[in-house]
Amino acid sequence: MNSGPEKTTVGLFVTCLVDLMRPSVGFAAVKLMEDAGCVVEVPAAQTCCGQPAFNSGDRGNARVIAMQVIAAFEAYDHVVAPSGSCAGMLKLHYPELLADDPGWSARAEAFAAKVHELTSFLVDVLGVQAVSADYGETVTYHDSCSGLRELGVRDQPRLLLDSVEGLSLTEMENADVCCGFGGLFCVKYSDISNAIVAKKTDKIAATGATTLLAGDLGCLMNMAGKLSREGRTVAVRHVAEVLAGMADETPIGGERKAKG
Amino acid sequence: MGVEITSPNFKANAREALDDNSLQKALGLTVEKGFIKKRRLAADALPEFEALRDAARDIKNHTLDHLDLYIEAFEKKVVENGGHVHFAEDAAAARQIALDICRKAGARTVTKGKSMITEEVGLNDFLQENGIVPIETDLGEYIIQLRGEHPSHIIAPAIHVNKAQVEAEFRRVHTALPPDRDLREPESLLAEARGILRDRFLAADVGVTGANFCVAETGTTIIVTNEGNGDLTQTLPRVHVVFASIEKIVPTLEDASQILRVLARSATGQDMSVYTTFSTGPKRPEDPDGPEEFHVILLDNGRSALLGTPFQEMLRCIRCGACMNHCPVYQAIGGHAYGWVYPGPIGSVLTPAVIGIEQSMHLPSASTFCGRCEGVCPMRIPLPKLMRLWRDKAHDEKVVPTAQRFGLGLWVLLARRPKLYHLAMSVGMPLLAAFAGSRGRFRSLPFAGGWTRHRDLPAPQGRTFQQQWRARRFGR
Repeated sequence: MNSGPEKTTVGLFVTCLVDLMRPSVGFAAVKLMEDAGCVVEVPAAQTCCGQPAFNSGDRGNARVIAMQVIAAFEAYDHVVAPSGSCAGMLKLHYPELLADDPGWSARAEAFAAKVHELTSFLVDVLGVQAVSADYGETVTYHDSCSGLRELGVRDQPRLLLDSVEGLSLTEMENADVCCGFGGLFCVKYSDISNAIVAKKTDKIAATGATTLLAGDLGCLMNMAGKLSREGRTVAVRHVAEVLAGMADETPIGGERKAKG
Repeated sequence: MGVEITSPNFKANAREALDDNSLQKALGLTVEKGFIKKRRLAADALPEFEALRDAARDIKNHTLDHLDLYIEAFEKKVVENGGHVHFAEDAAAARQIALDICRKAGARTVTKGKSMITEEVGLNDFLQENGIVPIETDLGEYIIQLRGEHPSHIIAPAIHVNKAQVEAEFRRVHTALPPDRDLREPESLLAEARGILRDRFLAADVGVTGANFCVAETGTTIIVTNEGNGDLTQTLPRVHVVFASIEKIVPTLEDASQILRVLARSATGQDMSVYTTFSTGPKRPEDPDGPEEFHVILLDNGRSALLGTPFQEMLRCIRCGACMNHCPVYQAIGGHAYGWVYPGPIGSVLTPAVIGIEQSMHLPSASTFCGRCEGVCPMRIPLPKLMRLWRDKAHDEKVVPTAQRFGLGLWVLLARRPKLYHLAMSVGMPLLAAFAGSRGRFRSLPFAGGWTRHRDLPAPQGRTFQQQWRARRFGR
């Protein structure tokens, strides 16, 4: 899979939500990494990172899925996901899940060392300081929990956003507080999740920003769904779409323009 | 017997809490705007704060690894000082020991400093049933005792009660209170409670306190308070009874003072609490005051079974409350909804250990795993990891609801078979997108009620990424 001696190969871990709900984020991630000189591949043998099983106490199945993902991705120089949550699962929890398995623990550790969240990969690994994109809107950025607290993703997306032509960032209060998504939490404890996301949408609205960005599609769908239920007109996008200059796509949960 | 458990009704409890406007207001003001900011400032002001957290963790890890030795050493010292140590395997045993001490002392009233362990064992109700009147002397505890409630926060027990409710309660119970007395300000409420409690302190036969630390080296118990009520509780009556759980032991005074440096900062943002009181045995001949008898009741109640297991880490807890203050779930529903003694993330890991996972499965499940609790825990307890371990137990013991198991099973079936998965999704997603039409979202959808009850569900864009990627790359 090496196309040249210099090129870094990246296996894109698409994440199930991006694959199913918002493929444009995947293409944005590919563009960003290709622009930075990587060769990006997308293994077909990927579905989901296994977090729903892991967080539901089903370690057995989480383990099987972890092995599946490791086998599909371990040949690449890097494994990158446009999600802090899924990257955190791959990077921190796979080694934990497979720690007691002599055949897998070393493989899991070696694999984990190559895993990165997208914006952190661009900035921390590839040294990207700026992107060529323009977006003439005022945006606010939500720090998704796993990316922030498990992987230390906070400054990287902001650094890159700072280079986007026309974009101005207005920070919301409590940008680092959970949006109430929490995977299955948001449907199992829907009322509590609602109370949490309602606080978040108030903070978003208070910034006056016209666009909300974040790096995790689960959180984005949660906040977009609440914003639209409240009749607020903030456009919601994954940060990769704006960084890749691919923000002409309909926002998350937004009304589709008729195709010309 | 003991504290009523409503944890199985967690969802209904939460619903009720979400509709309680005064609770919501209190949580917003005291927790979100108060405690969090104060902790941040206190932590930022101390350059060695993170290093102190490491040291605090290491002290407790060491102690827990040798807990039997340190408990023995503590007991030996207490006895040398002229005190008594009683071991209580469970709540019932602890209550009975306390009652026996009270009876022997001929006690009619017992004053109490703030103690979560006495809440855990249900001491007040038990004493009351046996003809002894317990009187809470911490202002917050006093208020909720009048209201017939339990604490909704481990360091701010009456956080859910507003000023007007306190005034109403005082006017109801303090019958000598003139109707025209102005009780609108917190200071006047405090003065009123002080006046009433002063007589109670003097009349009490036994004083009960908790303990933040039990020091093995000296046989000393330590409490931290802000009101001074703890001191009056333990020095005025003839008998002082300390309730502590076994993990409150630390080896030395030096260790205790190390951990004290992170305790108040994490809890209220104070450098130290107003009072830090050390009790070492009963009154000595040369002492001007102090109790004639000094008893320590050491409660196990399921804790020793956690030693040597991954759950041991929760025993490092020093009950500062930082995890609940920073928890989005606690901030949304307060403490009572958790349905037992300890709320918030630490409650969600401790409660199953004491009352069983069958009754408390909702607690570790109702977390977004945002990780903020672990980020602020002064003892670096990996709370999300421990909650997940309880979920593992719940899953293994099949106490998870059938619908959830079925849903997860179906998803796992697909997730483990990439080809089948991609085939199914490449048909399903475009259909779903077409079904949403130009609106781009669903206001409701079968099987998605949990989501769409409160928010719209963004529709998928159409063909999956994998479909489009393969079409672009391989022309199909």
